[in-house]
Amino acid sequence: MVTEVGRVFTGPSSKMALANVLQSESVDFSNYGRQRRGFANGLYEAELGLDSVGGDNLSFAIKTACSDADGPERKIEFLHGTTTLAFKFQHGVIVAVDSRATAGAYIASQTVKKVIEINPYLLGTMAGGAADCSFWERLLARQCRVYELRNKERISVAAASKLLANMVYQYKGMGLSMGTMVCGWDKTGPGLYYVDSEGNRVCGDLFAVGSGSMYAYGVVDSGLKQQNLTVEEACELGRRAIYQATYRDAYSGGQVNLYHVHSEGWTRVSQSDVLMLHQQYQAEKA
Amino acid sequence: MFATQIHGDNGKMKDYHYTGPVEHRFSPYSFNGGTVLAVAGEDFAIVASDTRLSEGYSIHSRDSPKCYKLTDTTVIGCSGFHGDCLTLTKIIDARLKMYKHSNNKSMTSGAIAAMLSTILYGRRFFPYYVYNIIGGLDEEGRGAVYSFDPVGSYQRDTYKAGGSASSMLQPLLDNQIGFKNMEGVQHLPLSQEKALQLVKDVFISAAERDVYTGDALRICIITKDGIKEETVPLRKD
Repeated sequence: MVTEVGRVFTGPSSKMALANVLQSESVDFSNYGRQRRGFANGLYEAELGLDSVGGDNLSFAIKTACSDADGPERKIEFLHGTTTLAFKFQHGVIVAVDSRATAGAYIASQTVKKVIEINPYLLGTMAGGAADCSFWERLLARQCRVYELRNKERISVAAASKLLANMVYQYKGMGLSMGTMVCGWDKTGPGLYYVDSEGNRVCGDLFAVGSGSMYAYGVVDSGLKQQNLTVEEACELGRRAIYQATYRDAYSGGQVNLYHVHSEGWTRVSQSDVLMLHQQYQAEKA
Repeated sequence: MFATQIHGDNGKMKDYHYTGPVEHRFSPYSFNGGTVLAVAGEDFAIVASDTRLSEGYSIHSRDSPKCYKLTDTTVIGCSGFHGDCLTLTKIIDARLKMYKHSNNKSMTSGAIAAMLSTILYGRRFFPYYVYNIIGGLDEEGRGAVYSFDPVGSYQRDTYKAGGSASSMLQPLLDNQIGFKNMEGVQHLPLSQEKALQLVKDVFISAAERDVYTGDALRICIITKDGIKEETVPLRKD
């Protein structure tokens, strides 16, 4: 009846990135993931939110890897709750994120850092599985550094995003949940790519990811109609968009963390508590 | 132990509805309960856990603390599935020894936290069913608390509760230590005595309302002078 459990540890024969890094605990994922995913019963991971928004080709919904045949048993729940956005403008890229992590209806944390500083000129955002995002982006940072040492020049945003996309593509279908935006400035100017665990990698000028993304899109789209934004205006637009998303989306909240990527690298612009922003905007309305 | 119960939220038993013959599969996990709490102060850290080990409606042991000493400045609290807690702490101890032999120094709290994250993620597709909280002193001697999810996502906090009664304890800590949702209150830094009293009070409350928490409370107080342990009795029912 139960034999698959013992088969998990078949030795470090896999060449996958994950197995290479974790030599002492490496597991042969190539066989395991295909057959047995039903063991994570009743586990709640702190999740940062990837939601099915609108379907189409960019499907953000990562269904749990376990099939329905497992019946009433619980699987690892991928729980939704985040809003992250990034957009290019004349003076670089603005990256704005919320900071809430939920496990079911429980707010696990209000102070999560959803912007990962890959290196001084590259940023990655976090949506979906918190552990997935932070692990793979940390691995990406290592790969970018290796590239720098080998080629004596900084890695481009396109190449960095491609590295990340290829790393997670090997685990496609095994249940990773990651929706990230790789933002940076390289010799071709500002760069912004959306990469997710389904295998999508798209270049664009504006992305919003997460359960609150639709609310954020509304605000940013109308703000970007105005051309030639200054840095200050763009920052305020990003901040307002996240604030509005936290206002309407129950799964987003906490603080708004804002970063600006320019030719010298990235700068942390501000961290504002959503409650404070609310009072500020209410006062402005009056 | 063959665990074939249906687990709902937080591993508690769901109401059983007869839906016809259901095939029960072996579950490699079991939920053994327990609550862990860690608080970081200016120059100290406190890690506390209850000592009850349960499964379903039974109590296996009343003296099974969930705090494990890792180094002179770090203690980890693990709750969830006891089997995975034991294995995980063995693996961490082994890795600590290896590090000590290779680098001729003990691992710092931050390094242990980063290492634990990769250990947990290594089992991304068959996770350790453990909720970890590390408490200790960082390199500058300040208190540090790191909280994890079962697959390795972690962050540094000032205070964190984990385990079965975490959702009862965390809001109280948010209010008393984080001064959340209070206006016009002076933000005093947390003293060791106040933190200790708060931890005891908070566990007494948890034992009142959570069936998996009780029996006794084991507190580890970490300061630059070492780790002191204290045991406080809790409700045994």
